[in-house]
Amino acid sequence: MELFVAQIITGLANASSLFLVACGLSLIFGVTRIVNFAHGSLYMLGAYLGYTFMQVLPGALGFWSSILLAGVSVGVIGILVEMLVLRPVYKAPELFQLVATFGVILVIQDIALIVFGPEDLLGPRAPGLRGVFRVMGEPVPKYDIILLVITPIVALALWYLITQTRVGVLVRAATQDREMVSALGVNQAWLFTGVFGLGSALAGLGGALQLPKGGADLLMDFHILAPVFVVVVIGGMGSLPGAYLAAVIISVLNVFAVTYLPQSTLVLMFVVMIVVLTIRPYGLFGREEVAGEHGQVGEPERPIKPASPRVQLLTSVFILLLAMMPIYSASFSLVFTTDVLIFCLFAASLHFLLGLGGLVSFGHAAYYGGGAYVAALLVTHANTPMELAFLLAPLGAGIAALVIGWVCLRLTGVYFAMLTLAFAQLLWSLVFQWGEVTGGDDGIVNIWPSEWLKPTIVYYYLTLLFCVGGILLLRHIAHSPFGYALRAARDSKRQAESTGIDTRKIQLLAFGFAGFMGGLAGALFVFSKGSVFPNELEIARSFDALIVVFLGGVKTLAGGVAGGVFFKGIEDILLKFEYWRLVMGLLIIFVVVLAPEGIVGSLRKGAERLNLIKSKDM
Amino acid sequence: MKNNSIIKALSAAVLIMSAPLAVMAQETIKIGEINHYKRMAAFAGPYKNGIELAMEEVNAAGGVLGKPLEFIFRDDQGKPGEAVKIAEELMTREGTVMLTGTILSNVGLAISSFAGEKGYVYLASEPLADSLVWSAGNPYTFRLRASTFMQAAMLAEAAAKTDAKKFATIAPNYAYGKDAVAAFKKNLLKLKPEAEFVAEQWPGVFKIDAGAEVQALERAKPDAIYNVTFGPDLAKFVREGGDRGLFDGRQVYGLLSGEPEYLDPLGAEAPEGWTVTGYPWYDLPSGPGADFVTTYQSRWDDYPRIGSLVGYMTVQSIVAALNRAGSTETEAIRSAFEDLPVNTPVGDIIFRASDHQSTMGAYVGSTTLRDGKGVMVNWEYKNGADYLPSDEEVAKLRPSK
Repeated sequence: MELFVAQIITGLANASSLFLVACGLSLIFGVTRIVNFAHGSLYMLGAYLGYTFMQVLPGALGFWSSILLAGVSVGVIGILVEMLVLRPVYKAPELFQLVATFGVILVIQDIALIVFGPEDLLGPRAPGLRGVFRVMGEPVPKYDIILLVITPIVALALWYLITQTRVGVLVRAATQDREMVSALGVNQAWLFTGVFGLGSALAGLGGALQLPKGGADLLMDFHILAPVFVVVVIGGMGSLPGAYLAAVIISVLNVFAVTYLPQSTLVLMFVVMIVVLTIRPYGLFGREEVAGEHGQVGEPERPIKPASPRVQLLTSVFILLLAMMPIYSASFSLVFTTDVLIFCLFAASLHFLLGLGGLVSFGHAAYYGGGAYVAALLVTHANTPMELAFLLAPLGAGIAALVIGWVCLRLTGVYFAMLTLAFAQLLWSLVFQWGEVTGGDDGIVNIWPSEWLKPTIVYYYLTLLFCVGGILLLRHIAHSPFGYALRAARDSKRQAESTGIDTRKIQLLAFGFAGFMGGLAGALFVFSKGSVFPNELEIARSFDALIVVFLGGVKTLAGGVAGGVFFKGIEDILLKFEYWRLVMGLLIIFVVVLAPEGIVGSLRKGAERLNLIKSKDM
Repeated sequence: MKNNSIIKALSAAVLIMSAPLAVMAQETIKIGEINHYKRMAAFAGPYKNGIELAMEEVNAAGGVLGKPLEFIFRDDQGKPGEAVKIAEELMTREGTVMLTGTILSNVGLAISSFAGEKGYVYLASEPLADSLVWSAGNPYTFRLRASTFMQAAMLAEAAAKTDAKKFATIAPNYAYGKDAVAAFKKNLLKLKPEAEFVAEQWPGVFKIDAGAEVQALERAKPDAIYNVTFGPDLAKFVREGGDRGLFDGRQVYGLLSGEPEYLDPLGAEAPEGWTVTGYPWYDLPSGPGADFVTTYQSRWDDYPRIGSLVGYMTVQSIVAALNRAGSTETEAIRSAFEDLPVNTPVGDIIFRASDHQSTMGAYVGSTTLRDGKGVMVNWEYKNGADYLPSDEEVAKLRPSK
């Protein structure tokens, strides 16, 4: 009993930082509809700034004012980010802003490294709060009790702000219907800026408050991200009480799991998330997203047409150049091009889902990595011939996609995206944990192609055949009746269904097919590298594809491929420089601000304006 | 005819242009060094400094095989797939003669598998995974640093000498943590069959819930605790454990916990009385070990970390191998590495022919506070050769060729 009480207290104290960061994210999403991936970076900045202030300001007063100052400073940084990076892209397609926030992550990572140095910083203790209280004989650190008290106070203050003040009324109104709010004469831009600043300040506060229990390091931005998103989704996006309850549930459950099921630490929160979303599709306190807008935000999508003869000719020349590459370039260029081609197929498969299906998957790496693992496991454990394993890999990935899609398609929008992320993470933890079969994070090595495929040139042609073939097939399907039905389901579910289209079936098939193509890319990957590790299933890998698709242009057929080539090419050049993340981040932000329709979309528009092409050409 | 002369003129031009390039390429011997310079900056920085120091010394003394030595440093972002691509680029485009580097085990394993397939020599400098030289070993991969198994065996030996019977373990929930616990258990039970393991905790790496872990360990009431957590996890574990009195009256064994990389960030809160493996650079008696520390400090205006030592020894090993091979041909370098003796700051080491593991050992001692910083005292350098399985045992572990 004593231990039980002590464990509850530990859980509640742990919930504190998690809640502060999560409620900031939830608030930002609720009002601005921005999925802010940079929220973890703001949390990290809060920790570093809090630490820095504490070195200067002495005593208990200095300690607590440092925490407040850290919150305020991060709030100001948030305001700057909103004004400089996000404000120009509010009109862009839905979720496009998340690419900009990803650029912000990269920039903050390098700036933090330059300013604060590479070494982990141990958080200063809260003056006078070292040691433990005895609660029923069990030791409970004094600072835990403080956290226990602070969190409800902040939560109450927020509740008061949201429910009892005019600002709160406006924020709630904007959460419900932002266009109506601006129609009523409220300056929407400043409302967004203010909310983004407040959300950032809360993240900074969370980072500074956890200092006495940990410290500041350069990896904490990514480490907080997954739990925070889980909390926000379980609680219901935009709901503050939901975020609090979810933070408490996750933290307390985790404490008990650590004691009674120590191996479960990786999977627990994703299992909880899947269970909650299966029972309550919009989280504990979330409401169904109102379909306020018909279709998507931004400029309406153009109907797609088969490529004009001119474009067909250009494409053929390009493919021919690729096919002749072994004649005019060195062996390494082939290896590099193989990488790029595989990545383009991966991006194109996600683009198929995202662009044509309107289904934003945050967990596409599950099928890429899944395909790679299917092939590797078959070769290692069943001695499957390479050729057979290669063909079975996309099938395995496709089946996995059908199963995951079947569950996820009950939801829409951001909840759908989050559930796909949860499944990808579940798969990742399974592979990571099940070391006897998958090798855990030491992966599976020595997965090489058959003798006849081993030479670099032969493997290059194999990749070229499957990638170009796959990409053309994806494009072809866009023009088939299936593609039309898929776009109909995206643009208006109701109208599509009234014309007799089974939208759920169509979307499920599209999900499975995209997974199949992702798995094909994964299979090509594993045999070109000879090994596979859980990295290929990580959130970061899903994000790579997501960013590329958005950068290339969601609303253009060639977006995924163009983005892939651009991204990989730039990466190859930048990686040779010391602060490549900074440059890469700035470049991403630059492209986002300058070309909100993606590279292909903006090029097309520019060319039209200059009368270089007629709009019917593309 | 006309076409022909154009081609001739062109190829002549190409020849002329590439001639100086070819001469330049001949001038240095290039080594490809792949690492996570950004992702693990605190570790890769001192390591790189160690390499550069050794390289400067080698080149000041006339280089190797009559040519200057050059390292090409490349960042793989900690991604195995990226590292494999860079390895190919280094070997085919940059003209490096062999590969080295990496800290993370998975990246090391990816390069190793690739090197084995393509027939490139790879000296894994820092990755610790046992499988690198055993279950996934191959003829082209060698490893310098003392592996997880070796360091865990050293701590198990120390633990066996005490009267502790009930042990609890806490290790990050991934391959390194699992290997480290398995090796500790195996070696301890061999020396002390009556030892009992009463709790095994597996926090996610860098995701520790320290308060809960400490409560769970306390509940098991062990006599001794074996810790494998490191980095920010270690800081949180030490703080919560100290506050809640977990370490009072218990023996604690910490794998790598005494390395400056992990001990120094803890500052005045470094744990006292833990038995750890690490690197006591501050107390080395005069000799090659202390000389290295002095030169390093005067070159970089900073003290060496374990990574610095490994980086320095990496260059020494490569130079020894090249000199012994007498050429930069892969096969010559590969066979030169087998049973290669190298004279280093920690003494003479040998790259065993049986499993390609070097006999570099580790310092084992106990921690204490000195001038508000954690240091190792009563330490001893343990020779790695004493903690490695015999050649016959190793032969069974490695895949047949």
